[in-house]
Amino acid sequence: MKTGVPWKAITIMAVLNLTGFAALNAHAEGVKSLRGVQVDEPVFVEPIARPQNTRVNREFRQQPPLVPHKTEAYQVDLKVNQCLTCHDWANAGEKKAPTLSMTHYADREGRQLDQVAGTRWFCTQCHVPQVEAEPLVENEFTPSSKR
Amino acid sequence: MSNQGAIPNKDQGPGLIKRIWRFLRHPAATISAGALLLIGVVVGVAFWGSFNWSMEMTNTEEFCIGCHEMEANVYAEYTETAHYNNASGVRATCPDCHVPKEWVHKVVRKVQATRELYHKALGSIDSPAKFEEKRLELATNVWTAMKKTDSRECRNCHEFDSMDFVLQEGRASAAHSDAFKEGKTCIDCHQGIAHSLPANALEAYKEKVSAVYD
Repeated sequence: MKTGVPWKAITIMAVLNLTGFAALNAHAEGVKSLRGVQVDEPVFVEPIARPQNTRVNREFRQQPPLVPHKTEAYQVDLKVNQCLTCHDWANAGEKKAPTLSMTHYADREGRQLDQVAGTRWFCTQCHVPQVEAEPLVENEFTPSSKR
Repeated sequence: MSNQGAIPNKDQGPGLIKRIWRFLRHPAATISAGALLLIGVVVGVAFWGSFNWSMEMTNTEEFCIGCHEMEANVYAEYTETAHYNNASGVRATCPDCHVPKEWVHKVVRKVQATRELYHKALGSIDSPAKFEEKRLELATNVWTAMKKTDSRECRNCHEFDSMDFVLQEGRASAAHSDAFKEGKTCIDCHQGIAHSLPANALEAYKEKVSAVYD
């Protein structure tokens, strides 16, 4: 092994020191922010994209729109329908959620109601969330939508 | 000696209670200060220890579901939810949400719980039908408590300050930012996350909780 003065190391340290001083000088001229805005200004970031959380086009005209979010934690039974906490016409504005179609407020005799019709109570009978999963059987469906 | 003393006897002087009272009111003349101190410390530790032990014992899930009222209804529902089973394996048990962590609040809640013993004795909710009938009232009580304390027990784990809205799902992120700005509390939106909601729960919350305490 070679012994003696480690010139290489000394040179590197000297260079690093010099650049350090240069950085200090730059500091004195004002902070250059990597964020591009002042520290006290809020920076708006794009929400992290999750495939299931975007609205999905319908594949045929009568298709019930798909649900662009998880639904398993919401209670929908004889007593309570938690979908309505956001999607009922009375709450949708405040909760920034799409309102139920107005057809859902007409009972089977066509009478217009203020509450969702009993025949439309169980949302997930028609409206379902989608996951990116391999179909269990081959799907031969051809959409009638022309995009 | 004691059973004779329990019945006041003219021949034997004052009764037991009177003698105990007299003993407590006079300075201990025949016992050393050290011995007295030692007894005090031992008795003190035993008292405090057993007090704390019973506080902790009644603060376990096992104790809570010792009654079938809890086990068959609310506990069974809770086992289907994220606070029981989830990806990260962190579980919140009954007392985590329903008993305050801070000592003073905890003791207050424990004292309130004596009312539950009374209703256990009465059998107020001893059948599923009775429980269901009372559910809205019971749920409203819990909602009101959480509303009044700004969802203190939720915030033992879920604190706005430590929430990264960016990491949340878009919908949750937007709703939490709004809620934070409007000064809303957890229970304002998250009712029925661990137990089933009764009929008219959402209307009842608006009427009896939001309308009163907002």
